[in-house]
Amino acid sequence: MDKLINNDGFYGEFGGAYIPEMLYPNVKELQDNYIQIIESEDFAKEYKELLKNYVGRPTPLYYAKRLSEKYNTKIFLKREDLTHTGAHKINNTIGQILLAEKLGKKRIIAETGAGQHGVATATVCALKGLQCTVYMGEIDIKRQAPNVARMKMLGAEVIPASSGSRTLKDAVNEAIRAWINEPEDTYYLIGSVVGPHPYPDMVARLQAIISEEMKMQLKEQTGKENPNNIIACVGGGSNAAGAFFHYIKDKDVKLIAVEAAGKGINSGETAATTQIGTTGILHGSKTLLMQDEYGQVTEPYSISAGLDYPGIGPVHAYLFKDKRADFLNATDKEALDAAFELTELEGIIPALESAHALAALKKLNLKENETTIINLSGRGDKDLETYIKLL
Amino acid sequence: MNKIQQLFKNKKNILSVYFTAGYPELNDTATIIKELEKNNADLIEVGIPFSDPLADGPTIQDSSSIALKNGINPNLVFKQIQSIKNQTNIPLIIMAYLNQMIAFGEDNFLEECKKSNIQALIIPDLPISEYKKKYKKMFEEYNLSNIFLITPQTSNERILEIDELSDTFIYMVSSNSVTGTKKDIDNAQIQYFERIKNMNLKNPTLIGFGISNNKTFTEACKYANGAIIGSAFIKKISEKGELKDKISNFIKEIKN
Repeated sequence: MDKLINNDGFYGEFGGAYIPEMLYPNVKELQDNYIQIIESEDFAKEYKELLKNYVGRPTPLYYAKRLSEKYNTKIFLKREDLTHTGAHKINNTIGQILLAEKLGKKRIIAETGAGQHGVATATVCALKGLQCTVYMGEIDIKRQAPNVARMKMLGAEVIPASSGSRTLKDAVNEAIRAWINEPEDTYYLIGSVVGPHPYPDMVARLQAIISEEMKMQLKEQTGKENPNNIIACVGGGSNAAGAFFHYIKDKDVKLIAVEAAGKGINSGETAATTQIGTTGILHGSKTLLMQDEYGQVTEPYSISAGLDYPGIGPVHAYLFKDKRADFLNATDKEALDAAFELTELEGIIPALESAHALAALKKLNLKENETTIINLSGRGDKDLETYIKLL
Repeated sequence: MNKIQQLFKNKKNILSVYFTAGYPELNDTATIIKELEKNNADLIEVGIPFSDPLADGPTIQDSSSIALKNGINPNLVFKQIQSIKNQTNIPLIIMAYLNQMIAFGEDNFLEECKKSNIQALIIPDLPISEYKKKYKKMFEEYNLSNIFLITPQTSNERILEIDELSDTFIYMVSSNSVTGTKKDIDNAQIQYFERIKNMNLKNPTLIGFGISNNKTFTEACKYANGAIIGSAFIKKISEKGELKDKISNFIKEIKN
């Protein structure tokens, strides 16, 4: 995946750094340093050490026997839900906090949707003793209360984003504005493969550990080099980027991204960006986004706060246009059904985001001899309030 | 020579005023432009409201979202400006975000600007590299100047590049912040203003962001060819009262 991007941060026509001059020094500093730092021996050693002993990696690749029986195929789950803090988001925050440290930054700001990235950021800030401020949409603060409490206990300040749709998009706007206003020792820790170059590439590289492990684990367990399919949900697209990363070149592997259809892609209440989006600029990169005829960004909707985003990472816009990945979508209802199904068959309560990936099983008609890995990006504790209503 | 270049040739202490089109009421654009001209503002920036204005602080954000709720869109802004084309002579700048221009169709957007007698554009999220690669030629075809921003953190080397690419004026962002945040001008800012002044750039400069009253306007004019006021003007016209009175009082207060 890192080979898809050019020196200016473009994946084909998507990506780049469309930022006001006020952000130029901050972004330039990162552009000039991120690869060198990430590829340094020092960094790699500490990153791998923390992923192992703090995060709990490698996460298991679990053969889901009863789920496989039900769909008459072979399904493996990549258990990102078992990481410390309960989602893949921590892979990225561990990496970026080390990078921030190397750049001498003292304060961290972040945005969060479902709160998973906020928690993962607050966690690594506690670990490193750095000051942490998290911007979160007012609406998300209400629907993800347990994560707000966790962030506060971890010492982070949670600032409500009260403009626009008051969800993830607006939290990103507020975080970017704060980054402009704050002094130079502030680092913006983005949680997905979105934002100006180098963030999409940097976050993808830090999530690549997911597919690095998948490759080894699948070989170990089945003798197979590659699965037939990899399925991951996409909001901004960081877990999908991590799950796809080392398979991009392997054309025999079908990459399947699942977006949140909300109440249906034509309902006006959706977050399925590739289905109704057009090319534009959001949060500093050129990508597909949901917008009206005048370029006003449309308010997205999904039951899942982590997928409730009107854009998509530029790398995914590229994979979509290039047809390297298939883009499906699942409605709120389909995701909820899939969450209950996994819980019943495997004793695993998935995050609502990951439930969208699981919902693809019903749409794919997988064959008996096919092997599929579903990236189970997070656990469902934070979504219990939603699930309880359906019990 | 465009009207803004002429203005800088003939005048010092230029007052440029930003307002959000469609605010406070949908059809206030024409009145605001005419009244600003009548009260001797020198230059006007018309902001086309955007849903996600990254470089703007709360005042301009709020005015933008109200204007959007009022039903403003770029077509309407151009119509409003064109309707008073023969009644005004004050030079106009359009401020918009790049996504708005792309969605409108870049050529259509520039064509409408030309028809509206717009002299220049401020597109805060249009990077220099992209401007050189794609937009410079287009803007020139329509006789539109691009106004670049510089900040206290912009390197001298980059400022010289911007000076080279500019032909109308350079927008000096007074501090590293979004619009409408700071109150007084501090020593660090003055050092920055002096540094730029001593660079003897070929283009004139206007200082913006944090210019809100007579004191900050006068201070800014010591170091630049004038200043730009946005958030403070929006706040003023948000108050109760007759729009015309608020505008004339505001300009009097600034120019003292």
